[in-house]
Formats: sequence, C-alpha cells, structure tokens
Amino acid sequence: MQLKTRSETFIEEICDIPGGEGIKRCIQCGTCTASCPNADKMDHTPAELIAMARAGMRREVLSSNAMWYCLSCYLCTVRCPRGIKQTGLMHAFESLAMRDGVSYAGSFTPTMYRSFNHFACALGSMPEFGFMTWFYMLSNPLRAWKMIPIALELFRHGRLSIKARRLTPEGTKQLRAILEKAETLGGVT
Amino acid sequence: MRYYTYFPGCSASEGGAKAYNWSAKAVSRVLDVDLAELEDWNCCGSTPSGSVDELGAYCMATRNLALAEKRGLEMVTPCSACYVIFNRTNTYLNGYPPFKAKVNEALAAGNLAYRGTVKVRHLLDILTTDIGYDAIKSRVKKPLAGLKVAPYYGCQVVRPRFGFDDPEYPQSLDKLVLSLGAEPTNFPLKARCCGGSLVLSEEDVALDLIHRLLQSASSNGAECLITVCPLCQTNLDIYQSRVNKKFKTSYRLPVLFFTQLMGIAFGLEEDAIGLRNCIVPIEEVLAKYV
Ligand code: SF4
Ligand code: SF4
Repeated sequence: MQLKTRSETFIEEICDIPGGEGIKRCIQCGTCTASCPNADKMDHTPAELIAMARAGMRREVLSSNAMWYCLSCYLCTVRCPRGIKQTGLMHAFESLAMRDGVSYAGSFTPTMYRSFNHFACALGSMPEFGFMTWFYMLSNPLRAWKMIPIALELFRHGRLSIKARRLTPEGTKQLRAILEKAETLGGVT
Repeated sequence: MRYYTYFPGCSASEGGAKAYNWSAKAVSRVLDVDLAELEDWNCCGSTPSGSVDELGAYCMATRNLALAEKRGLEMVTPCSACYVIFNRTNTYLNGYPPFKAKVNEALAAGNLAYRGTVKVRHLLDILTTDIGYDAIKSRVKKPLAGLKVAPYYGCQVVRPRFGFDDPEYPQSLDKLVLSLGAEPTNFPLKARCCGGSLVLSEEDVALDLIHRLLQSASSNGAECLITVCPLCQTNLDIYQSRVNKKFKTSYRLPVLFFTQLMGIAFGLEEDAIGLRNCIVPIEEVLAKYV
C-alpha cells in the first residue's frame, strides 16, 4: 500500500467536495482576485488561496481569514476562465475550518455564521430578532448597544417580530431526525 | 392562471422583509399567478449554515425540495439567496450520485426522498419571462411617467449562472421598470454586492460597499432604488443612515422591492404592499408622480 502525502490528501479532500474538483484546472491567471470586492481585506487573495491549497498547505488555508471576508457575490465564479467554483471553495474551506476548530479568530463572521446555523437548525426557521440579539451578545455586548437604534427603527416600521415562525410539531420532528442522521454521515464527502 | 409552489424564505415570511411577501402575493394575484406556499417548509439551508455544516445545510434545502416534489410544480422564491441555495443543491445532487445517495440517506430518517426534479426559479424570472412585460404593462393603472428608478439586481439573482439574465449586465429589471411607465436610470453597479450578511459581523466592510451603490445610483439621477432580495433591501434601506454618518453624505433614497413598485403602478392599496415598512419613506417621491 502506498502512503499518500499530506498534499495529495488535501487536494483529494477538496476534489471530493461537490463542485470542488475544478481546483486542479487553475492556471493562476488572477481573474478571481481582480474581481473580488474584498480581496484587499484578505491575508491571502482568492488566487493565492487556491495555489496554497494545491500546494497542500492545509493548515495555512484553513486558518486564513480570506474565506471569512467572502461575500458570496460569485463574481470570481462567473469570470474564472477555467470554470472553477471559487465561491463554493470558500464555503468548503469555512466548513472544514469549523470542523477542525481552526477558524480565524480576528473576525466576528465565524461566530455570526455559527449563531445563525444554531437557530436555523434548532427551529427550522430564522428568527431574526433572536438570532441578532444572540450573536451580538456572543460577539460583543457593546455592539449590541450600538444596534439598539436600528432595532427601534425596525420595530417602528413593523419589521421586527419578536415571535418566530415555527414549523408544525411533525415538521420539527422530521427535520430534527434528518439533521441528526446527517450528522452521523461525516460531511459532504 | 399559472400555478407554482411558493417558497417565501425566512426573511420575507416572518422577518424584516414581510413587505416583499405581501407585495409579491398582491401583484401575483393581479397577474393571475397562483402562489401556493409550500407547507411546513424550513429555512433554505442558507449561506451561513453551509459554511458551518455543509451536509446539514444541503439536507435542509433538500427537505424543502422533497416536499415540493410531491406537488410536482415549479417552485418560485422571491429571495435571491434561497434561489441560489436551491439551484446549487439541485445541481450537485443531480451531478454527483454518491452525494445524492448520502443526502437521501439522511432524508430517509424523516421518511422523505428526493428524486431531483423540482425546478426552482426566482420571482423576477417568473414575472418577466412567464408573464411578460406586455401583460405587466396592460395592468398598469398609474403609469409612473418620469420617475427615475435605479434597478438594483445585486449578486445572487444573476450569479452564478443559473438563469435567465446576464450575470454581469442584466436587463430584466430595467425592462420591467420601463413596462411600468417609469424610467430606469443608468446604474453601473447594478449587479455588485451590497455586503450581504457581513453587515452584521463586519459592518465597516459592508458600509463601504453600500456607500458605493448609493453613490452610483444617486449620481445617475435615481430617485429611488428597487431590489429583488430581502437582504439587499435591508442593507440599502436600514443602513443608509449609517452610511450617511460614516461618509458625511445625505442620501435619502427610498429602497423598494420591485413588487412594491409594481403594486404602486397597479394602483394597489398602500397597506397591501407594505409601503410603510420602508425606513426611508417613499411618499415624498411618489407625490410628484402618482
Ligand atoms: S480565475 Fe480561475 S484560473 Fe484564474 S486564478 Fe482564479 S481560480 Fe485560477
Ligand atoms: S464570491 Fe467571495 S471570493 Fe469570489 S469575488 Fe465575491 S467576495 Fe470574492
């Protein structure tokens, strides 16, 4: 049996993700980077991140801040001359970083995503008020304070529901059973 | 009458974008479009969830698709984010059989299965393609002649390429504005990002992007913007005052859902299309034209 090197395993891991296999076709033309509205905030540009992933730099890629600044605007994806789905790769890197517990700590985005997911899974629906309060308390209570004027404005215009939409009890049970099962299946690959 | 399964999404159903849901239903009624809400739907699976737990998020999306498959109709959503999530899910499920098997294994725990047959479309696509500009024009009671509208597409209604309009230089919303008798302004940034959900975690990054959009719309003479996505509307409307504060500007551009503008032109009641939900009020601008 031949042992796989680390680099092979990371690239294989990415290729196994639906939409991830294109990464092998990258020609480093830089179109994705030039298109990205947030490239200047990233410690590694989108094209760099792809080069690093191909070089097997798993830890460096997953602890990068780049994907947490991705806005999912899909400009890179529609412009890439090699049909690579970078936006999807960004999501995949985020999800792997979360699973490995190495996600970048300098931005509130991972916490925000986690709070969002927490509510979406638990209730099956997104209670915006509860989610935002929860997220601001977790990330920085001072910021919660700064959000009060916005919350009041929303409330005044009938746009803040305290009550969340709920699924029927059967629907809730069904969704929970599906998500519990999914958890045992070990990720998308 | 045309029949669809309707997926409003969290934000338009009970969240901050209720006016989108109301106005979508109200104008659909006028246009003989039957939107029957998917029963007991759950969150689409969402971009944030996909970044935390990819498989779980795909399973959430697929539960909805499996429920919709039982009805056998096309599914329409007014939310650009839900639209992308469902289309991506369909593409991957149908393109990767082992992945589909895995998702179906999870679904089986809830006595569901998905074959992969539900076509998911954006409300803008339905109204402009299936119904068409002429039919829309024929229902206009109050032509908005002279009103200068910046048509804002944002990202996910046109990107990635699931659809019905050009990913970088879309036209459908421009034509819709014309069919309502109003004037679409030139708007170079019409398909650029509003900051999305990063407005919550990285407010400065988002304010910068929102600022650029408002500047682009206003310098081209727009009196209001229309959007096709709950999050875009939220960012441009609610955060406008913060942009003004940060950049020492004084924008006061109302931001409507495109269905609200249609409702105004169709002569619908203000409350039926939720005009009062706009933070930057539209009344002043409308008084000049309607
Ligand atoms: S645009 Fe595509 S081919 Fe060019 S560097 Fe980016 S990923 Fe590689
Ligand atoms: S999808 Fe993400 S990585 Fe791609 S251009 Fe947009 S912000 Fe940049």
